[in-house]
Amino acid sequence: MKLLNLKAALVSALLLAALLGLWHAATLPAAGGGGAADMTPEQIEYAKLMGKDPGAQKNSGFPTPAQMGRAALVQLADPFRDNGPNDKGIAIQLAHSLGRVALGFLLACIVAVPLGFVIGMSELLHRALDPFIQVLKPISPLAWMPLALYTIKDSSISGVFVIFICSVWPMLLNTAFGVASVRREWIQVARTLEVSPLRKALRVILPAAAPTILTGMRISMGIAWLVIVAAEMLVGGTGIGYFVWNEWNNLSLTNVMFAILVIGVVGMLLDMFFAFLQRQVTYVD
Amino acid sequence: MPPSSSPFLKVEHLGKTFVLGRPVFADVNFSIEQGEFVCIIGHSGCGKTTVLNVLAGLDSATEGHVFMNGREIDGPGLERGVVFQSHALMPWLTVRRNIAFAVESRWPDWTRAQVDAHVRRFVDLVGLGAAIDRKPSELSGGMKQRVGIARAFAIQPRMLLLDEPFGALDALTRGTIQDELMGIVRETRQTVFMITHDVDEAILLADRILLMSNGHDAPDGAGYRPGRIAEVVDNPLPRQRTRSGLHHLDGYYLLRNHIVDFLVSRAQPPARQA
Repeated sequence: MKLLNLKAALVSALLLAALLGLWHAATLPAAGGGGAADMTPEQIEYAKLMGKDPGAQKNSGFPTPAQMGRAALVQLADPFRDNGPNDKGIAIQLAHSLGRVALGFLLACIVAVPLGFVIGMSELLHRALDPFIQVLKPISPLAWMPLALYTIKDSSISGVFVIFICSVWPMLLNTAFGVASVRREWIQVARTLEVSPLRKALRVILPAAAPTILTGMRISMGIAWLVIVAAEMLVGGTGIGYFVWNEWNNLSLTNVMFAILVIGVVGMLLDMFFAFLQRQVTYVD
Repeated sequence: MPPSSSPFLKVEHLGKTFVLGRPVFADVNFSIEQGEFVCIIGHSGCGKTTVLNVLAGLDSATEGHVFMNGREIDGPGLERGVVFQSHALMPWLTVRRNIAFAVESRWPDWTRAQVDAHVRRFVDLVGLGAAIDRKPSELSGGMKQRVGIARAFAIQPRMLLLDEPFGALDALTRGTIQDELMGIVRETRQTVFMITHDVDEAILLADRILLMSNGHDAPDGAGYRPGRIAEVVDNPLPRQRTRSGLHHLDGYYLLRNHIVDFLVSRAQPPARQA
């Protein structure tokens, strides 16, 4: 097993080196590209009047790995800075985003798990609520934004609402499925032991359905993280999504790419956390 | 044992129908005395498990009544412990916690220490002291079934219902656990109702054996005949019998042949000739 991990790590490292190499090669300046030596004196003067530096090398526009590395170091050097709405550190932006995600996700949990329980246990409610769930489920978070902004008016709370409305579905459906799939035998054991409904729900159904419920939570968290970045791009203010959009407006592509990387890494860490929780409640049947 | 006027358990005119006009079984009557071990034997599909489920309260009969101590049974209860065919242990709990769950259900006012001591007693009774903190996935089939038995005994039910508890075990393990069960039942004088396919098991364990026939279409075109208790056999062998010496006892082969004859020829209609 350890040998396999080692081999996988090696292949990953090689892949990374190859990608970086490709990136570097693709962003090298064009050979012999329009330097000052190629221009007539009139052209040089014209260029200067236009505010262009004739000595500067022609740039493809896309940042090189080195440029991105420099930008990353600048951002990471002072992640907690707060110099006004246009210049906040990456850690502060992340904190805002994670805060909204946590709130929206928690609200979704509070609604999804009990409701999922009830739906899982009552076929009548399942069929009654199914059309509503199926219609609301595929709606994109960005489609919810206008409605949220109009009624809630506050952009931060709208963001939280949109996270809630988009991350509630996987948890709801998984909880309902997990509860409905509890082995009949365990329910029968509870019946022969005259277990009260509450005790049965907490001591038999919940532990039995826990792995499925946590899978739903893991999926919901992934969706919540996706949604917050999109929502923040739209409404702005603070947050990693806003940071991406702001840096795009500043035409700082390196910062945009750095932010994208941060989004990916944080998403991975969130997923790893839920995977850990999932392992805690898994049982071998 | 002579039947008393008000037996511990009385089953009257029990019948179950899934398909209209063709009841699985009908007019099932029998009674069980306190401290008796009754086995029911029959082919698959005769309705034995349904009878047990009705006794356990997990299922309801289409007609007929079941009385325990004069009161009609209406749903499952702690006074009737059940051992399921597939152990039905909760896989996220250890052996200790599985049995403790049952004990806590029976005596919710007990302290942790009381529950634990009681659990220990019954785990030791089935010989699983060393495995008490293991999860079911870490146990063999025989061990899991022992835990199921311990759990059922731990609540000290008035009647124990066993649904082919050893069906999923290999012959060697089955033999060992039969001995253990017999020992526990004798010691606790437990009233038991057990379903089995194994004739030798029935002869070893039971005081009385109910032979159940399958529902079938009468050969002479006289309509459908539901399953029923075709015969009740009293076990004449001495009570203090052992598995190893069983086949040496007088009357063993007579009894065995009788039951096997029933199963082979009278339990269900013969298969049609090709």
